Formats: sequence, C-alpha cells, structure tokens
Amino acid sequence: MRIFRILTVLPVFALLGGCQWVLLSPSGDVAVQQRNLMLASTALMLLVILPVMALTIFFAWRYRASARATYHPDWNHSLPLEVVIWSVPLLIIIIIGAMTWMGTHLLDPYRPLNRISAGKPTVEAKAGGNGVRKEPLVIQVVALDWKWLFLYPAQGIASLNEVVAPVDQPIEFRITASSVMNSLFIPALAGQIYAMPGMQTKLNAVINHLGDFEGFSANYSGAGFSDMRFRFHGVDDTAFGDWVQNAIRTGTPLGREEYLVLERPSEREPARQFRDVPSDLFGAILDMCVDPAKMCMRDMMAMDAKGGGGKEGIHIVAALEYDKSVRRGGQPMPPRPFVTAICTPTDVYGTAGATARVAN
Amino acid sequence: MTSYPDWWKLLFGRFTLEAIPYHEPILIGTFAAVALGGLALVALVTRYRLWGYLWHEWFTSVDHKKIGIMYMILGVIMLLRGFADALMMRGQQAIAFGSDGYLPPHHYDQIFTAHGVIMIFFVAMPFVTGLMNYVVPLQIGARDVAFPFLNNFSFWMTVGGGVLVMASLFVGEFARTGWLAYPPLSGAAYSPGVGMDYYLWALQIAGVGTTLSGVNLIATIVKMRAPGMDIMKMPVFTWTSLCTNVLIVATFPILAATLALLTLDRYVGTNFFTNDLGGNPMMYVNLIWIWGHPEVYILILPLFGVYSEVASTFCGKRLFGYTSMVYATVVITILSYLVWLHHFFTMGSGASVNSFFGITTMIISIPTGAKMFNWLFTMYRGRIRFELPMMWLLAFMLTFVIGGMTGVMLAVPPADFVLHNSLFLIAHFHNVIIGGVVFGVFAGIAYWFPKAFGFKLDKFWGLLSFWFWVIGFYVAFMPLYVLGLMGVTRRLSRFEDPSLQIWFVIAAIGAVLILFGILCFLIQIGVSIMRRDELRDTTGDPWNGRTLEWSTSSPPPDYNFAFTPIVHDLDAWADMKKRGYRRPLGGFRPIHMPRNTGAGIIIAGLATTCGFALIWYIWWLAALTFVGVIATVIIHSFNYDRDFHIPTEAVLREENARTELLGRA
Repeated sequence: MRIFRILTVLPVFALLGGCQWVLLSPSGDVAVQQRNLMLASTALMLLVILPVMALTIFFAWRYRASARATYHPDWNHSLPLEVVIWSVPLLIIIIIGAMTWMGTHLLDPYRPLNRISAGKPTVEAKAGGNGVRKEPLVIQVVALDWKWLFLYPAQGIASLNEVVAPVDQPIEFRITASSVMNSLFIPALAGQIYAMPGMQTKLNAVINHLGDFEGFSANYSGAGFSDMRFRFHGVDDTAFGDWVQNAIRTGTPLGREEYLVLERPSEREPARQFRDVPSDLFGAILDMCVDPAKMCMRDMMAMDAKGGGGKEGIHIVAALEYDKSVRRGGQPMPPRPFVTAICTPTDVYGTAGATARVAN
Repeated sequence: MTSYPDWWKLLFGRFTLEAIPYHEPILIGTFAAVALGGLALVALVTRYRLWGYLWHEWFTSVDHKKIGIMYMILGVIMLLRGFADALMMRGQQAIAFGSDGYLPPHHYDQIFTAHGVIMIFFVAMPFVTGLMNYVVPLQIGARDVAFPFLNNFSFWMTVGGGVLVMASLFVGEFARTGWLAYPPLSGAAYSPGVGMDYYLWALQIAGVGTTLSGVNLIATIVKMRAPGMDIMKMPVFTWTSLCTNVLIVATFPILAATLALLTLDRYVGTNFFTNDLGGNPMMYVNLIWIWGHPEVYILILPLFGVYSEVASTFCGKRLFGYTSMVYATVVITILSYLVWLHHFFTMGSGASVNSFFGITTMIISIPTGAKMFNWLFTMYRGRIRFELPMMWLLAFMLTFVIGGMTGVMLAVPPADFVLHNSLFLIAHFHNVIIGGVVFGVFAGIAYWFPKAFGFKLDKFWGLLSFWFWVIGFYVAFMPLYVLGLMGVTRRLSRFEDPSLQIWFVIAAIGAVLILFGILCFLIQIGVSIMRRDELRDTTGDPWNGRTLEWSTSSPPPDYNFAFTPIVHDLDAWADMKKRGYRRPLGGFRPIHMPRNTGAGIIIAGLATTCGFALIWYIWWLAALTFVGVIATVIIHSFNYDRDFHIPTEAVLREENARTELLGRA
C-alpha cells in the first residue's frame, strides 16, 4: 500500500523536472548524451552511497551508549570487510572509468559528429553507393567585452548576441575571444568550451528541436559578465535561409574598422546582424592583428620558429599603446612594448602600423 | 579626478584620497563599526593594562599551544569577514531579478573574490594549521615544535596577509577577478587597479608563513616523536597532518612562483601570461591548479584525522582499519598531484588527456570511500556517546558522501562540460568544504577545547549551533544544486529569468540559518567562559581519550610533559590506562625550553608594510622595509639568548598542583 502512496507523489517530481531543468531535458543530441552519462554515473554511485548513509544512521542508533548493545572495544580489523570496502568502490570506479573513457572520446567537442540523434547517423546511407555526409555549418564565435559575435563564413554574414542554426544540422563552432577568457555555453545544445584570446577552441553540436534557447558566458570576465547573454534559435531550413537573407539585405557592414569599434567594452547590446564580413576577419581576430598596427601572432611565431629577430630585431618592438584598460574605465597604462607591423613588399616602412595607431 | 603633484607621488605612490571609498555607504558603515570596535578593544586592553601581558605571553610566544590558539582566533575573525561577504552575495542574488540589486558589479565582483580568498587562505588554512599546531606536538609526546621561533614567525606572516586583505576594504579595493585570478583578466591590461596587487602580496606574504609552518611540522613529526612511537603507531591525526604538510611544502612554492610570475607581468611588463608576445594564460591556469588541487586536500586531510580521533574516542573503541586508513591517506596525498586538470576540462585538451585526469580523480574516491567505511565500522559494536564532536562526525559522514558523489559526477568530462562553472559546482565544493572541513573544525574545537582551556564547551549552545549549521547548510546549498541543473552559472550579479528567484531566496534563508549557527558558536564560547567552573575538567582526560594529549593536564603546562612518555602501542594513552599507568610524582629534572622573541612579529610587520608599499608603488617605503626585514633577520641571528631551563622546583610545583587536582576529582 505504502508504495502506491509514494507513486502518487511522483508526478510532482515530474512537474519540477519537466519545466526548466535544462540540463536534465536538453534539446541537442550532445547535451542529451552528456545528461545520460551524468545520470548513469549518479545511479552507479548511489549503489554505494545509499547503503553507507543508511548504515551510518543505523549504526549510530544501534550502538548508542544507552542501548547497551554488543561492545567490542578492541575489534579493529577484519580482512573480509577490508576487501569489501576497497573492492566495491574500486569496482564501481572501474565501471564509471570505462564509461568516462568512452564518453570522453565520443563526446569530445573537437570530434565531428557521427550522429544527428539516436538512430540517425550523419552519414546518410544511399543504396549501392557511399553515404553522403552532412557537412557541418561553420559558425565562428568571438567573445567580446561583453557580448558575443557570431560569424557565418560561408554566408558572409555575422550576428551579435544571437545565433541561429537549422534543426538537425551539425554545427561546428570555432571559438576565440578578443580580450579575456570566457566560456561559450548553450545548455540546451551542448556542453561549454572556453573562449580564449589568441587561441581557437572547437565545439561540434547539433540542435534537434525547434526553439529559442539561452546562451551565455560561463566564465567570469569582468564587470559586464552578468549580461553577457545571447539567444540561440533552432529553426527550420527556410527560416534559416530567411534569416541569412535578412542579414544580407538589412545588416550593417562589418569590416576591420567596424570590428575595432564593436570590440570596445559595452553591455546589454541588442541583437543585430552584419553583412559584408571579410573572410579573413576571424583569422585576424584569432591572430590578434585586426588592428594592422599589430603583428599577427602567426608571423611572430614563424619568425620565432626560425630563431627570432635576435638583438637586432629589438628595434621592431616599438612602444605602442594598445590597451583596453582605459576603455574599461581604468588608469591609462604606461606604454608597453608591442610588435608593430613589419615591412611588407607593399609597405616598405611599415607605415600602416603608425596610421592605424592614430586611427585606433 | 584631481591631479596630484610630483612630491605626493614620490611620497605616497599611486595612493590618492579618492582611493578611500567614502562614497560607498556600505563600506563607510563597515569601517565605522570596525573602527569603533577596534577602539573599544584598544581601550579595554589599555584599561586593564593587558598590552604587556599580550606582548610577552602571546604575541612573542613561541609556545606551539598559544600559537595554535592564536591561529584559531585568526580563523574565527576572518570567518566573520568571509561570511559577511557570503551574506551580501546571497542578498544580492536573491533580489537582483529584473533590477540591479543593491551591489554594482564593481563591488559585487570584489565580494565574491574576497569571499573565496578569505575562506580558503585566512579561515580554513588558519583553522587547519591551528589544530595541527596545538595537537600534533601533544599527540607525539613532544614539548614544542622543531623550530619554535619559525612557528611564531609563520603565524605572523599569515596574519600579515590577512591584514592586507582587510586593509583593501578601506584603502583602495580588492581584486575583481575571482579567487584564482585567471589572467588575462588579472593582468595589468584588464585589472590595472590596486585590487589585484593586494591579492598578490597578501597571498605571497601569507604563503611564506604557510610554507614555513609546513616545514616546521614535518620536521616535528619526523624527528620529535616520543620513544617507541614508530611510524605505524602514530595517531591518525598526526599521520594526516604529516601528509598535509608534505603537500604544503611541495605545492606552496608552486603558488609562490606562479604569483611571482604574474607579479612580474604586472610590475615590470614581462609577458608570461599576457595575450601578446608569446604569453600564455593557459600556463597560469595549469600552474595555479597544480597548487590548487592539492590545496583542497591540504584542507581536508587533517580533518579526516580529526574525524578518526573523534570516532575512536566517542565510540570507545580502537579505530577500525588503522593500516588501511594510513594507506588511504598516503594514496590520497600522492593522487592529489595527478588530478589538477579536472578544473579545466573545458579548456580544450584532447579526449585522452581529459579522460586520464577524469579517471585519476575518480580513483581518489576509492581511498576516500575506504575511510568512510572505516569510520562506519568504528561505530559498529562501539558504545557511542553523542557528545558534540560525535554529532559533527555524523553530520559529516551523511553530508560528505553527497559531496563526494557530485564530485565524481564533475570528474566525468562530458558531464563536466555542462556542469562546469555552474552553481552545481559551487554547491559541490561547499558541500565538501563545509561538510568536510568546517564540520571537522567544529568537531576539533569541541573535542580539544577542554584540553586547551581546562573546561568543556557548553553543550546546549553547541547543539544549537550544530543544528543551525547543518540545516542551514542544506537549505543554502541544495537549491544551488538545483540551479546548477537549470544551467545557472556562477559569479552572476543580475538575473533575467524570474522563475529562478525562489531558489535564490531559499539559499539566502539558508545563509541566514548558518549566520545563526555562527552566532550560537560565539555565544557558546562566551557562555562556556562564564560557566567555566561548572564545566571544569580537572582530570585532563574529559572524554576518556586514547592518545597522548589526554595524558597531561588541561591546559597542559608550558613544557607539555614532565617526562617524555614511552609509547608501546597505537592509542598510547588508552594502552597506558589499561596497564595501570601511574603518574610519576618526583625525580623531575630541569626542562630545556625555547625563549620568547619579538623578532617574528617585527619581521612580519615589516614584510606586511613592504607589501602595502609595493601595492601602492611607494618605492622608498618598500625599499626601507625590505632592508628592515633583512636587517632584523641578521640581528635576530646574533641573538644567542634563545633558550632557558625551567627549574626543577617550578616543574615540581606545577606537577604537585596537578596531583592535588587529580586527588580532589
């Protein structure tokens, strides 16, 4: 009888769980698999933890001094018990460990997806021939102070604080940041990955349901961090096409100059779209040389790999004030050494650097 | 902003009158309260002519017992500050829905940074070090630690770090970076103010104290055990202390080096962790966690020791599985170095690297689980007395397993990708730190208080504090698990989704319950002092203890033991009692003791001033105090008057007094 009474309470839990526990009811296949792993490991651990908790309470009650229960003050060792208390947790950890090894590799954010959802592989089998792989939609993500910029290189558009992707379409996010560390997190879609300046991380994911989901930065990045939110829209293919067309028609252009203005710290930016995004913009952001006054990290590393400029090369490390602290309301910094643009066949004296510095 | 003349900059560096936050009413109120309280304290001390007493008997004392007590007092004071920060955060998060709350980000971000820094470095660390300082020499039958002066110096360096953190409240600001201050955010480009420099120098100065105290306790445990106490007869608390101090000595230099590199980045323009010129912030994240993960074991291991002592004492039984307990501790010590990467699975390491660190992390749960079973089977067929320490042990066992479980969940990299940096993570580590470290500290305080002061703590207020803490913990942190599963991330000061608010309100109520827990603890101390004659323990062994600290009087004499005890068995004191040990009443000899010295507090004071000067770029003062530090060390090294003998008559007098007390009981 009692079990039925408990059963009547269950719908209440379902209510609690159903509405907004996004991690427990996500809409993207990667997040679903991550949730399954989380639940499976929890269940396995409860196998040990619940008995331990019950025994703790039972022993505390059973052997309370006033109970005058059996008392063996010198009993302190038992080989069978020792074997059990070391081997049972070991066994469970072996199982969870195996799950971890497989899960971590299968759900590695860098690994291209091999399924859209359970039972639906990315490679569609075709009768009598090789399957057709559904190519991922590439979205380049830049965490700015304090907003998110999404670039669609194939479409030549960009969007601020809003990202749109077709349902059941594999997405490959390539992620970087402009100034400090952030973390790109869309809980309904997939786990997060850090966004770091000068570095690129990747996240492969897919959204399986239509809807409007929340995304945000999950790594504290300064004063405007709390409002560093964006919307992720899972839409059908036509709606995605319309959205892209709308950007091409009504978006504002986003070149290097515009990017350098956009990059400045600001909060609660409304979502908006951009067009005419140069194809090399993301690369320049990643190499930290959107401002032509700065040497691209790629070039710097290439020079260093060949032994660097040596003492004679020091003169190209000229003082160049390129700091965001003033824009963040701080004190101006003393000039710090930066590598200015080096001479190129078209710009023998590296003057692009000087002019861009003034412009900046 | 007014501009300041050159002579001002020369004299005061970048300190300006604007640095005093007189436009922030919350800070002014706090400052007024602190200033009034401080003045009242100074007036009282002066009124009762206690300065000399404090200086000679406490501040300059090299007695490990007094230093231990001072560490505990430091921990309590800083707990109040750290907890005030927690209350402010909970308040802000409970109301900041569709509004900005009452704290602007500039203030809120300092608060969560200060909360983390203070709770780890200036609450948990002093508590742990204080317990080890007080108990370890007594448990191994020693008269003091190996290097008594170093001990005093270590304590004052820890205080120095705490003073700097507190000073940042009223002069300038504290860091706005989170408690581990990841660059590039913490670099000069994005945190140009003094806040980060307060952070760096406070931790650097306190870190010197912690490292040296680690060296000291290792030497003490390795070299100064009573005859007969071989390594597998050491009490478990001593064992866990040994492992903790090995961890301290091995990891705090990493912290010092990491912070030093960041300091160079900020002060002289190097590029170790900047975005440019080959700098790499990921290096900092790795380095800080190579220190940071062992740090959490530095905190919890000694408390595992406390729980072991409490379990065997209050179950009236030998600890179940001593050997496996020791091996579990050693395994945890070693493994704690192999897991640091689990703090940043999301930084983009490959799947194999992530799985390696995930699995090593899970493996730690095996020895930890073994410990849990050992405490469980210590209760089995015991005779359990539900005194306060035992209550804390039970609360710990029931709470910590939940934290352990969520910890293993976070150790599965794919699960961590969704849980990382969320409030689920916050709930997890408060679950293990409050449920493990804080409960253990309270168990330890309740357990050893009668040893330190000669009377027990009042049980009524203790129980009240216990229930407020335990219930408060669950009310405050279970909602955070829920919020984490709703995808809410940490360190937010404003929210949009109104459906989250109820959980934050519940969490805030929990924080208020914990506040009552802290208040009841303070009242408990006060009430116990007032009722000390009723609570008096004359035996020196109020709990029917099992280890050597209970063989001497409460409080122990300066020299701890008139004769160094000889150990034949694990649980040496229980063994002595069983074999009908009789206290020697005569034949005393003069006892060689270290002499008090003011050098420790002076050097630490100079070092703290030097830190303050460096924070504000007051170069002349920094140079002066730095030279002062070196000079004081040199002068102190020529001080040959470092020890004395307690004459036989004094020992005899002390021991006779105890004989009389024991006879009366």
